[in-house]
Amino acid sequence: MATRDKDMADLSVVGQSVYRTDANPKVTGRALHVGNIEMPGMLHVAVLRSPYAHARIKRIDKAKAEALSGVAVVLTGAEIAKMPGVDAHFGPAFRDQPILAVEKVCYAGDPVVAVAAVDRRTAEDALQLVEVDYEQLPAVFDVLEAVKSDSPFVHEQHRPAKAFADLAHVKAGRQSNICYHFKLRTGDVDKAFAEADRVFEDTFSSPPAQHVPMEPHVTLVYLDEHARLNVWTSSQSPSYVRTELSATFGIPMNRIRVRVPYIGGGYGAKLYAKLEPLATVLALITRKPVRYALTREEEFLTITKHGVVTKIKTAVKNGAITARKCEVYWDTGAYAEIGPRIGHKSGYTSAGPYRIPNVWIDSYCVYTNRVPAGAFRGFGVPQVIWAYDSQTDLIARALGADPVEFRLKPALEEGEPFATGTLVHSFGIKEAIRQAAQAIDWTKPRAVQAGTKRRGKGIAAGVKAVLTPSISGAIVILNADGTANVLSSTVEMGQGSETTLGQIVAEELGLSVGQVHIVQPDTDVTPYDTITAGSRSTYHMGNAVRMAAAKVKAALCEVVAAKLEVAPDDLLARNGRVCVRGMEERGMTIGEIFLAKFGSLGTTLAAEAVCQPTAAHMDPETGQSEASRGGGMSTDRRPHGPGNRPVGKMHGVLVSFGHRRGSRGRYRNRARRSSATHQRRRHRHGDQSETL
Amino acid sequence: MKREITLNINDRDETLVVDDAETLLEVLRDRLKLWSVRESCGVGACGSCTVLLDGRPVSACLLLAVRSTGRDITTLEGLGDGQLLHPIQEAFVSERALQCAYCTPGFVLSVKALLDEIPNPSDDEIREYLSGNLCRCAGYADILRAVHLAREKISRAPVKPE
Ligand code: FES
Ligand code: FES
Repeated sequence: MATRDKDMADLSVVGQSVYRTDANPKVTGRALHVGNIEMPGMLHVAVLRSPYAHARIKRIDKAKAEALSGVAVVLTGAEIAKMPGVDAHFGPAFRDQPILAVEKVCYAGDPVVAVAAVDRRTAEDALQLVEVDYEQLPAVFDVLEAVKSDSPFVHEQHRPAKAFADLAHVKAGRQSNICYHFKLRTGDVDKAFAEADRVFEDTFSSPPAQHVPMEPHVTLVYLDEHARLNVWTSSQSPSYVRTELSATFGIPMNRIRVRVPYIGGGYGAKLYAKLEPLATVLALITRKPVRYALTREEEFLTITKHGVVTKIKTAVKNGAITARKCEVYWDTGAYAEIGPRIGHKSGYTSAGPYRIPNVWIDSYCVYTNRVPAGAFRGFGVPQVIWAYDSQTDLIARALGADPVEFRLKPALEEGEPFATGTLVHSFGIKEAIRQAAQAIDWTKPRAVQAGTKRRGKGIAAGVKAVLTPSISGAIVILNADGTANVLSSTVEMGQGSETTLGQIVAEELGLSVGQVHIVQPDTDVTPYDTITAGSRSTYHMGNAVRMAAAKVKAALCEVVAAKLEVAPDDLLARNGRVCVRGMEERGMTIGEIFLAKFGSLGTTLAAEAVCQPTAAHMDPETGQSEASRGGGMSTDRRPHGPGNRPVGKMHGVLVSFGHRRGSRGRYRNRARRSSATHQRRRHRHGDQSETL
Repeated sequence: MKREITLNINDRDETLVVDDAETLLEVLRDRLKLWSVRESCGVGACGSCTVLLDGRPVSACLLLAVRSTGRDITTLEGLGDGQLLHPIQEAFVSERALQCAYCTPGFVLSVKALLDEIPNPSDDEIREYLSGNLCRCAGYADILRAVHLAREKISRAPVKPE
């Protein structure tokens, strides 16, 4: 991909503080959400969930429920398994998650029976009439128990999904709860431990937590007049949802249309497929529009962040860290979800952003009989930072070193190799540590405090990869009046992508942000995008829209260059015109260019581009990559976003940090998550740091 | 049991036949399609469904519709004149006090009630008053600034002749 060496000083739109282009619909409450869409004859779904963490389903009696007036269908997993051409299981890494439990349930909360009825109350009433007999099976709730050979197995076999390029290396397996193992070996760890002055050995655990997006998951599915499957869903990954539904139901991709309007927060909870497979099967059976919306309680039974246990052993010689050995156990719950990707991408950062000559990492993604775990703000990285940098503090204290200085010394410099061998670029970790220390007045003693709330100081350093290899496609359509439409599958979920992408296109085409409209994800028209997550959209989709806009600009320049008899390179796009650099009064408006090119003002000029940075020689076993372009460890420090600062998102990330300690989900009888979900205090005003 | 009730919603009388078990939230969303009123927790813990009942903020998910008979209800659709943004909304936009904005309607209405009750609130009073509204994108610091800006805008606004 071409890099752009334009100076910040040259930019007229990017880097400027602009109002969010989505501000008006959002602040008036008019923003479209899936929950506001209604269809005539729409049915509502309620789901009966397993009370047991691991049990065989012996008998389901649904006759009474089916007889209830207003009920359209009462469905079981066994019936789905018998539907011709339908795969009863789905999942992004392994096809291990049943649409409805078939034969056995794997966690307390696993969906067992679904009802679609004229309204939600009727559907819930019908569930009361369903009888299920279970035979309980031994269950495992602890990730360290689950890896033992005598543990009960959650799944008899592991079936890879092959949906994503970066997960192509996950392997089929059986007779184990470990579904994925990432290994990294650098240097000679054993020798370093033998020669160490001191060895530190600790175990850290980080509990699961729920994302609690204010808008719970909601999906609406219906068949249109061509019997094509139409899906409106609060998803962070519309392209994946289409792929998954196509694979699960054997429906050609062009007969599935997935649309995502504004979503009320996601934080990773709304990635991959969640409610869509069940809503689809109910719509296919009833031939009616089906809305499936989770209650807050069900949200907690659907997805959590990974609970993680990290065993970490560190060798110190002459005051420096010489070796680190990390064993990271990701509790991925009953279904792998995206656990393998997290075990990989976060696993390889588990020794920290430090110069450590000898590193040994084993990162295991492990099934247990708990709620499935997936992506959550930081994609697993916060859990490993919690472990390695808690230990860094313990070591600094034991050596009598200042924790900030102790981190600064080994912190990687620009161009140095990371533990994987990847050279880090645009890295800035030292600068970040220094600035953070300064922001919290690190060197000043803490003020004496009274009361129950006390404020401490601490520092931790983390590094997170932008998801690679991953792909973003975009189409830019320029209209003759100098406005543009941008087709992109990036989901606006609060992060400000509509504004950021608009700024980038406006910059490239010399328009104002208000002249650029970002079309919301619609798989009928917006090209493929891997996911909206992992801080990848500004980089990947930002480059895709920029490259597409550059192609459009090149077409404009060609016309102007011919007319004015100048070289295309001497032209620039500014204020709705293409003009000669240095002689900006010489130029043509976009309308004039269209007339010259097409002889008409009704036309459009469109171009597509795909951003696919690659880690050229990535060894899946070690994570070692030789030529990492654009991905890996690079961070773009140029501010694009609303308000010229990614501060809003940073506030959210700060709140997530509270999850190391604050919001441990309580498990009570039969390992079911406490249902009075809001007994647990969520973070409110006053619980959050206000310094950024 | 069903009964007929009349609610004054955004300055308009609405007469409806409702079930005794129906919440105000269900009536506002499912029947009247006032989509700014959002359901999130459904148990009175998050403030997403905040509406003003005779000017006071309440959780519509906890209130039975039948109990709201004869009361004045304001949703975000009823704030301002429907054309221009209300100063509180303007302040939320300028301070970027919204991200996904699912929580925003509830916050804006709570801020309206706050500034009606305490025209010049301190930071602590703002935090305390808004503690029933949750924002998971966590714009709390931005929201705090937005409240101060809204207060300034409102106090500068010309007083309308009665
Ligand atoms: S939905 Fe009413 S308070 Fe949360
Ligand atoms: S802006 Fe997303 S929950 Fe408040």
